[in-house]
Amino acid sequence: MTDVPTTAKADWASDQEVRWCPGCGDYSILTAVQLLMPDLGVRREDTVFISGIGCAARFPYYMNTYGIHGIHGRAPALATGLAMARPDLHVWVVGGDGDMLSIGGNHLLHSLRRNVNLNILLFNNQIYGLTKGQYSPTSEIGKVTKSTPAGSIDEPFNPVSVALGAEASFVARTHDMDRQHMMDMFRRAHDFPGAAFVEVFQNCNVFNDGAFGAITKKDKRASMLIPLEHGKPIRFGDEGEKGVIINPQGSAQVVDVADVGESALLVHDETRQDPSLAFALSRLSAGPFEPTPVGVFRAVERSEYAAEASKQLAMAQEQSGPGDLETLLHSRPTWEVS
Amino acid sequence: MTDTAPKTVGTRELNRLVVRFAGDSGDGMQLTGDRFTSASALFGNDLATLPEFPAEIRAPQGTLAGVSAFQVQVSDHEITTPGDAPNVLVAMNPAALRKELAYLEMGGTVIVNQDAFVERNLAKAGYDSDPLDDGSLDNYTLFKVPMTAITKEVCKGLGVKPRDAERSKNFFALGLLTWLYSRPAQPTLDWISAKFKRQQLVADANTAAFKAGMAFGETAEFFDFTYEVRPALLAPGTYTNVNGNTALSWGLVAASQLAKVPLFLGSYPITPASDILHELSQRKNFGVRTFQAEDEIAAVCAALGASFGGHLGVTTTSGPGVALKGETIGLAVSLELPLLVVNIQRGGPSTGLPTKTESADLMQAMYGRHGESPVPIVAAYSPSQCFFAALEAARIALKYRTPVILLSDGYLANGSEPWCLPEVATLPDLTVEFATSPNHTEADGAEVFWPYLRDPETMARPWAVPGTPGLTHRIGGIEKEDGTGNINYEADNHGHMVTLRHDRVAHIAKDIAPTMLEGDIDDAEVLVLGWGSTWGAITSAVVRARAEGRKVAHAHVTHLNPLPEDLGDIVRRYPKVLVPEMNLGQFCRIIRAEFLVDAQSLPKVEGVPFTAAELHRHIIGALDD
Repeated sequence: MTDVPTTAKADWASDQEVRWCPGCGDYSILTAVQLLMPDLGVRREDTVFISGIGCAARFPYYMNTYGIHGIHGRAPALATGLAMARPDLHVWVVGGDGDMLSIGGNHLLHSLRRNVNLNILLFNNQIYGLTKGQYSPTSEIGKVTKSTPAGSIDEPFNPVSVALGAEASFVARTHDMDRQHMMDMFRRAHDFPGAAFVEVFQNCNVFNDGAFGAITKKDKRASMLIPLEHGKPIRFGDEGEKGVIINPQGSAQVVDVADVGESALLVHDETRQDPSLAFALSRLSAGPFEPTPVGVFRAVERSEYAAEASKQLAMAQEQSGPGDLETLLHSRPTWEVS
Repeated sequence: MTDTAPKTVGTRELNRLVVRFAGDSGDGMQLTGDRFTSASALFGNDLATLPEFPAEIRAPQGTLAGVSAFQVQVSDHEITTPGDAPNVLVAMNPAALRKELAYLEMGGTVIVNQDAFVERNLAKAGYDSDPLDDGSLDNYTLFKVPMTAITKEVCKGLGVKPRDAERSKNFFALGLLTWLYSRPAQPTLDWISAKFKRQQLVADANTAAFKAGMAFGETAEFFDFTYEVRPALLAPGTYTNVNGNTALSWGLVAASQLAKVPLFLGSYPITPASDILHELSQRKNFGVRTFQAEDEIAAVCAALGASFGGHLGVTTTSGPGVALKGETIGLAVSLELPLLVVNIQRGGPSTGLPTKTESADLMQAMYGRHGESPVPIVAAYSPSQCFFAALEAARIALKYRTPVILLSDGYLANGSEPWCLPEVATLPDLTVEFATSPNHTEADGAEVFWPYLRDPETMARPWAVPGTPGLTHRIGGIEKEDGTGNINYEADNHGHMVTLRHDRVAHIAKDIAPTMLEGDIDDAEVLVLGWGSTWGAITSAVVRARAEGRKVAHAHVTHLNPLPEDLGDIVRRYPKVLVPEMNLGQFCRIIRAEFLVDAQSLPKVEGVPFTAAELHRHIIGALDD
């Protein structure tokens, strides 16, 4: 961290022309990341962006860092190998809902379970963009698309619930209409020593325009987004008149603060070991049409995978000394022929 | 027989001996065979082994499906196969006898555990009458030994429960064979005490059973003679007994050491490749990182990610796993990064025969990706040679920045042979140079890094690893412009890149060893052309034919893509070319297509390797045709 040269946003932008559709939410996410990077105190050459396939997956081409644009769904697996081989690097994984929850769902689950030191940004636009508008694993039931002319019959994933169910240590949610909030969440993800998962509500203005408009438009945010702040009672609304409680059945529930009193509100504890409250919060909203929590759901530190792997290597070298090829070849019974 | 046996038996000398141990999966036959092999290796015999076991860990006890066998040939001269027909069959139960008897040479020796031949076991094996008494073994020399009863008896005073004691009966069998064939006993006794040092009762029971087996041979007045196979006259040096998977693992470690690049193994458990993962996970003090991934795809992706980070990324698997890794191997072709994909081939298609050998993944290695995506292919040909095959595959991957497929198979993986250990100082230097500075000057004088600017000699692109200042760059699977590496969809550029990727692999032909050619090189009437694990059987068959005065040559190919530059001349030189392989003629098709010669395929796809005898028969047939 010492002597990291001062940089500006422009230093983190590559020379490649950005080729997302005009008006795509990906632009604002890219800007937020490029604005944040100079503040993180890291070198460009120590930073790697890895992606799979999809619109979001073009992201690495636009960052003036090291990067791999991989194959569909496999970004977390590529990144796991790199992070294990090179624990000194800052590795970011970028992908969409199809990339990371459909074809690559398995790798996302296992990278979270293992707690590999990755910053995983899942751009959720609830649609397949690059293949021109089929429904995705986060599309709502009934969604009419090219591949579901009679409406989707698939139950969608809730990405935050999936991450929490996969033993994720750090889980957050933000949206592409609030640059400062994105930067805050991305910074938290970067600072977290382990797998950090951030769902970003992202608007696809071509194939699923306005999917999150009911909750992310400026005039809707106060009443429809529930900010999660560690150590504070969970409340929202123009006047903070709404709040969240855990009801007797154990579920999170939106209430009028006036009805229950502030002391009844759930005080958010992102460091709580038991993920059940975080999970309850993730189930508060059935979709982007009712009040939806944003912020850090969970940030619980535990052993990081690459560091543990490195520890075992160091221990083996301490116990048996650095490997010697001659010794290895003679490690089984040998005999001489003269 | 016992009436006339002398009190002290004589010793007869054998040039070679093939023993087949067979029993139930739970009887420890692999261990017994392995111990007999180790003792013979330390004694100085040449040897080769063929373990054969069912895919089920514990198939129903006493059934034909549950029979596990281990064949070993020991000799006083150089050999290359585990032998065709065994001279001796050790059968621990009726199922083993029924299943394995067909392999035995006519008049061979059968040693059975008499105690297992009870009605229930006979029925399970499908015998209507007891083969030990009904005359069906009259053409063999039969020894009925109450192995279970004696083992239980000698374990009585040790405090071992009778049921546990019975489990030591394989050591009784080993003891008996050790005595009968004059093998040294001490290595086995030492091994037992080392292996079971934390389970004293087990060590005591195994030792007692082993010694009882030896004593039985000596005192039971069953056997007229003991036999001896004298040490082989092998080249001077230090030897160890090694199987293919171990040799291959050590080759990977050696490649990493010689390249001064850390080894990263991404792998998913699969028979018969898992032992490489097991072996390498014990080599952490060499800086080897092993990662048991969530699936085959993650395993190869993690290896590729590690290669991007400057490690030697390796993934080990079998054919079904390679099928899953195809897309990632294609990505590696596009990224032009070093990557080793090791395929320990097994019977296919689909789950096929997980524990049986086959070499039918050659076309998969050649073409099992979409688009024009050439990959160099190296094939190992003997268990110990897997070490050098791994070194060579790694050399090509590192030098030419390309994925390389290394083909082995179940026969090489589990088969073992004595290996004259190489001097470490004689191993090749594989040092890798990473890019450290910009390689291109823009029109405005700016120094920049172009990730696809190539070395004019190797056509390899620079390997610039994250952490290197000034060389930040992005690579991906989308078609790219040569030099800059920028995304490029232009027609001309794609044509150029496809040709370039082809040429840079083809070009490696200039940097590989000439074809191995042996036998009657100048005047052979038949060339036997092989690749992979057929080497042992072909060598043995060709040696036999030549000893009979027949004119035969043997060429063996270790580089299947690109092919050695001299191979065209070789296959055109001989009137007849025979290509034995454990598939339906995949290599033969390549030879015919590449060189327009009328090569004849000799396929065998039965899950078992060629025998020298059947190849010899085919060679003579071709000569007399």
